Amino acid sequence: MSVEFDRKIHDTLADADLQLAIYTATARLKDKRIETVAPDALPDYQELRTQANAVKKHTIENLDYYLEEFERNVEAHGGKVVYAKDGTEVADFVLALAKDRGARLIVKSKSMTTEEVDLNERLEHNGLESVETDLGEYIVQLAHERPYHIVAPALHLTRYDVADLFTKRLNVPRETVIEKQTAIARSVLRQKFLAADIGISGANFLVADSGAVVLVENEGNIRLTTSAPKIHIAIAGIEKMIPRAQDLATFLKLLGRSGTGQLLTVYTSFLSGPRRSGETDGPDEFYVVLLDNGRTRLLPDRGKRQSLYCIRCGACLNACPVYRKIGGHSFPWVYSGPIGAIITPQFMGVSHEPGLPFASSLCGACAEVCPVKIDIPKVLLELRSDVTKAEAREKRNRLEKLAFRAFAWLMTHPRLYEMAGRLAASVAPPGSGWIRGVPAPMNIGPLRAWLSQRDLPPAPARSFREMWRRR
Amino acid sequence: MGNRVSLFVTCIVDQLFPKVGMDMADVLERLGYQVDFPENQTCCGQPAFNSGYRAEARTVARHFLATFESSECIVAPSGSCTSMVAHHFAELFQKEPETLARVHSLEKRIWEFSTFLTEVAGVDDVGARLDDVVTFHDSCHGLRELGIQAAPRRLLARVRGLELREMQPAEECCGFGGTFAVKFAELSGAMARTKIDAILGTGANTVVGLDVSCLMQIQGALSRAGSKVRTMHLAEVLASR
Repeated sequence: MSVEFDRKIHDTLADADLQLAIYTATARLKDKRIETVAPDALPDYQELRTQANAVKKHTIENLDYYLEEFERNVEAHGGKVVYAKDGTEVADFVLALAKDRGARLIVKSKSMTTEEVDLNERLEHNGLESVETDLGEYIVQLAHERPYHIVAPALHLTRYDVADLFTKRLNVPRETVIEKQTAIARSVLRQKFLAADIGISGANFLVADSGAVVLVENEGNIRLTTSAPKIHIAIAGIEKMIPRAQDLATFLKLLGRSGTGQLLTVYTSFLSGPRRSGETDGPDEFYVVLLDNGRTRLLPDRGKRQSLYCIRCGACLNACPVYRKIGGHSFPWVYSGPIGAIITPQFMGVSHEPGLPFASSLCGACAEVCPVKIDIPKVLLELRSDVTKAEAREKRNRLEKLAFRAFAWLMTHPRLYEMAGRLAASVAPPGSGWIRGVPAPMNIGPLRAWLSQRDLPPAPARSFREMWRRR
Repeated sequence: MGNRVSLFVTCIVDQLFPKVGMDMADVLERLGYQVDFPENQTCCGQPAFNSGYRAEARTVARHFLATFESSECIVAPSGSCTSMVAHHFAELFQKEPETLARVHSLEKRIWEFSTFLTEVAGVDDVGARLDDVVTFHDSCHGLRELGIQAAPRRLLARVRGLELREMQPAEECCGFGGTFAVKFAELSGAMARTKIDAILGTGANTVVGLDVSCLMQIQGALSRAGSKVRTMHLAEVLASR
């Protein structure tokens, strides 16, 4: 584990206000989800999960076919599909288009994919203004932070934090009433929508048989982003594909419920191509940028490619007892929580933060709530194995490797295992009470780590096998 | 199935909580089972498997397979270790068809203690008495990998003198997680403290569970917090008269 990861975890645990904010917000999302997927509310919930898993499995295993079908259908409607290998290629495309069309101002709707490639930074670095229009995203953009949660980006900030931020960045009087804060953001953003040259969105689903980009939201900002400016660019990971429009019947039922405990989000938009003649709304130009950024590397791996089934609902974050303690910013990349713990090492390489797959008690709460049934603990276990193999190759963490070799050897030699156990018991502090501490020379390594938080059980007078022999 | 059962007491019960193993044997014998203890047993290999050392886990799993090859029925006082054998051994031997066949045979023969009682022995009432107010902690692997939720509650409901008060939430992890407890000690400790808040909220005197590993984490945190609340494995409760 890196020092930075360790420090962020420590700092988050030590911040009582932040702990309360994370716990309360995730509890609300978690409870609302439970209500909307309960057997009386959605009797076929488990069947829907099985169906969603089957559709995603099929799509990911035939992704080449569906990408081509999607591209044909987008182009048939007058749109254009662009493939991007990485963030540089995404930014290059947007910058070239902006330069050619003389664009200066971009409005953006919420998109983890664009966060993943640091799109705002890349655009602003090249002299464009790029404004987030989702309220939570707008707040974290003003704070120069990354989203704290996949669906609730400003989950960690209180209304008082937002009041301070608006006063500082927008030069407005301090306002702590949430509705009034929303009105402030709305008045700023409305002007941006009207003046913007380009609207950039993400995509919740790409529908192959209709060439449509499907977007869900609650604020209406996506509708404005994708229809007010003359140009709409949707940026999506290639794994967002589903084969047929009719599959949305499954996925939309699951997404709103799993993400925010809504039967459906307030708006669901189906966008296929630019404005056609006779239509009053919509952009003149419509582009879909399909991003790889490491995704195709997962495709050959039978065990781990299920990580690409994710529909970014965030349910696993709310259910995760680790996320609920360490929050979103402790994670080393934009994706946090259990899904972040499995996709970060695969997109960025296991050495990016080797501790990440180990930062889990493997409790399985994530897999239980995942609407597309990704077996997250299984993928974590495979990643742990990948990490130890990489460490062995790079000759790092050799002491741990040695310890587990010794463990395996001892556990296959029962007599020596018994002797080692008795030897350990003989040096344990005497008495039958739980142990608060051990003498300094013994207070090292795992024992010290255990005792830093909890008492240690006393060593019994005899092991089970000794008691069994004597009975 | 005959009336012979082999105990797999798990390494942690063997070394740290032997009474749990003795009590489990006691309950099984009272129900008329002939209980044996294959002496070569050590560990299921889960610590290595969960830490990413699959070759080492495979070595230990092979030893386990050999040790319990002739056992008709194996009972373990742990959902986690049972799940390691019944769900994860197969992952270790995907490339060895013959070993995999032995693993699949083993999967059908190993039982977690509470499920063995309700599903194989077919009893809810083992004749126990414990005058106490208890709460029950669902261990994650038992709950989510083996689906154990009703069995221990059915058994506890028939213990004379015992009152069960459910904690909210009962199914949230205690933060143990094997090597996670020491690799991420501070985080693991914070999770344990959230768990003990839920426990103390019930007013129970005792926390009952199916895995001594979780109970060690919970008892360790309770003890550190100066609480008098104790932990007991279900086998200890069911052996009480």
